[in-house]
Amino acid sequence: MSNTVSTAPGPAVSVKDSKQTEQRKAALAWLTIPALFFFLVFAVIPLAGVFILSFTNWDGIGAIGAAGLDNWFSVLADPGLYNSLGLTFLIMIVSWLVQTPISLLLGVFTAGSQKYRAALAVLYFLPLLLSSAAVAIAFKALLDPNFGLATGLGLPFLAQDWLGVPQLAVGLVIFVIAWQFVPFHTLIYQGGVRQIPKSLYEAAQIDGAGTIKQFFHITLPQLKYTIITSSTLMVVGSLTYFDLIFVLTGGGPGNSTRVLALDMYLRGFRANLMGPASVIAVILVIIGLALALFLQRLGGKDKQGSQLEGL
Amino acid sequence: MKQPQTSRRSFLALAVLTPFAVAATSACGTSGPGASSGNGGASMWFLSGEPNQTNMQKAIDTFNQANPDNKIAVTFFQNDAYKTKIKTAIGANQAPTIIYNWGGGTLKTYAEANQVEDLTSWLDSEPDLKKKFFPSTFSAATVNGKIYALPNMYVGPIVLFYNKELFQKAGVQAPKTWEDIMSLVKTFNGMGVAPFSLGGQSRWTSMMWLEYLLDRIGGPDVFKAIFAGKPNAWMDPAVIETGTKIQELVSADGFIKGFSSITADSNADQALLYTGKAAMMLHGSWTYGPMKRDGKNFVQDGKLGFVQFPAVAGGKGDPKNGVGNPANYQSISAKASDKEKESAKKFFKDGIMTDTMIDAYINSGSVPIVNGIESKLNTSPDKDFLNFVYDLAKNAPSFQQSWDQALSPTAAEALLNNIDQLFLKSITPQQFAENMNGTLGK
Repeated sequence: MSNTVSTAPGPAVSVKDSKQTEQRKAALAWLTIPALFFFLVFAVIPLAGVFILSFTNWDGIGAIGAAGLDNWFSVLADPGLYNSLGLTFLIMIVSWLVQTPISLLLGVFTAGSQKYRAALAVLYFLPLLLSSAAVAIAFKALLDPNFGLATGLGLPFLAQDWLGVPQLAVGLVIFVIAWQFVPFHTLIYQGGVRQIPKSLYEAAQIDGAGTIKQFFHITLPQLKYTIITSSTLMVVGSLTYFDLIFVLTGGGPGNSTRVLALDMYLRGFRANLMGPASVIAVILVIIGLALALFLQRLGGKDKQGSQLEGL
Repeated sequence: MKQPQTSRRSFLALAVLTPFAVAATSACGTSGPGASSGNGGASMWFLSGEPNQTNMQKAIDTFNQANPDNKIAVTFFQNDAYKTKIKTAIGANQAPTIIYNWGGGTLKTYAEANQVEDLTSWLDSEPDLKKKFFPSTFSAATVNGKIYALPNMYVGPIVLFYNKELFQKAGVQAPKTWEDIMSLVKTFNGMGVAPFSLGGQSRWTSMMWLEYLLDRIGGPDVFKAIFAGKPNAWMDPAVIETGTKIQELVSADGFIKGFSSITADSNADQALLYTGKAAMMLHGSWTYGPMKRDGKNFVQDGKLGFVQFPAVAGGKGDPKNGVGNPANYQSISAKASDKEKESAKKFFKDGIMTDTMIDAYINSGSVPIVNGIESKLNTSPDKDFLNFVYDLAKNAPSFQQSWDQALSPTAAEALLNNIDQLFLKSITPQQFAENMNGTLGK
């Protein structure tokens, strides 16, 4: 998965010379062609393919047969879908609640110019370098109840049945996701904080505002768009958490960590039911689009306006 | 200040964000390395993990040296990952020439989609090769009367292993009945040792318990009816009793604490047995080799005991019946070129079960599926175990193939999922039977 970070827009261009703007717009339209091409090939066409597959019976190997609406009815009537859906939203919300404050504080902290902060920042970013599968395998080995970290360090309270008790397994998945993705969001916040003009803080200091007041009245409001960007990535990205959970728990114990993306995979590629798996894929896309649109709206109507007016 | 084209902007923003949503649909579609081999040789996928990986690599190297025009190019994959990967590759027409499989239901889906070569007439033209193998091994390779795979490697029955040292300390004997098992559970729990090791996260490990229990309680015909897709075959009272006995064993702390967190892929379940943290383990005979290699001198010092799965009082199954893998199988992709198929057949004939390979399998503690190896088994340092496995396989009135291999992939996935829930006690035996009954014929 590749992540794109959209930075806050620069000062808006005023409509002085409409002719010049028209010409520029035409030139800009040409520039979008490569992006549109990739969007078409890697997003629109597979999406259409999945939509069509959702109305068919296919085991992934043999011939494809028409199924009408059967897959849709069977998937929508399956309690497993609602379990996966609920779990996906639970992990999404709790992940956001856990990751946002940590990333925000770490981002503000590492944005400072002191040398020791830079050294710590390097340590914090280490998990970002590891692939999800490697992270999952490492955690699985560390958490082994008999041969894991608990035995190695002689800490019996760590010897829990981490991946075997449903509630613990869900909590653990959220923890490992946070461990892996907090560095990425810290990086976004660090960049955001560094964009805030120093003069704002200087003015606040003259007015007698302390560090905490500065944080709540300058840093946080100035980071509004960074928070929206980071949250969008977290929320939409959490729909696709798959590799980590697949390797860590495989959806178990029982179905207690079988999130929607994993459910889709297991149905499609383990149980050879490509039709129902495609139905779930379409549902995932709809939810993803809805969430992305909703978060865009949160930015408010004048979201393209400047936060730096008057400076 | 407002921009005039808010709608277009938000469309573009949407265009940026949509790929994240779409990533969900495309994340799993990546295809692996291309399966072309060039030079008319054949490509082959095989499982990683010792000792088989080294043995197979040696066999291929020897074959390639002798047959420079028919070289085999092999790639190794982890067991569970392979099962998914090979299906995807076959569906995308990117399968290797030689397709490693376990026969049964999966092979049936390949055969019915015309993805694997019918080997019947070729085997008829090579009677020496066909006669080499145990005749029983061909049944899991046969779909609608035609043979689609060559059996090879070794027989893998499920065996009840136990730690003799712990049994001596407790002053008890290996279990002969289900009652023995339940009383051993009490004994070992009292000693602070886990009665049974289990890699429950892998799920097929838990399945082995059901396979044997159902056989001992209801006899082999219950699963035969399920395999044949007969109506309500899963609702047999023997299935419910099997589930009840499993849950009784779970409730009595029969399995090691945290068994759902343990995977078989890491061999942690075997380590529990040879480090003395668990007294018994129900597992495939193929774990003997790894335990001999990793268990310091546990196997060499004669501390590893092994018996057949015990009888259940009043049950219909013969305690001599076996379950497990009758053999491993190799098929040839129907989409391969004629030259590639020819290379693969040559390898099947001259490279895959040579005398060197047979010796290598015996040395690693396995019983190859070829006739006339009794004298070789008797001269091996592992002769006790090898003869035990050989007799088990030879004398079993019924040898049931592992359920997840025998059933269709759709039914097998539902089975593993429901077994996991049965062991967690999140469904009752009755619910288990009902859930599985819904998969009949799928």
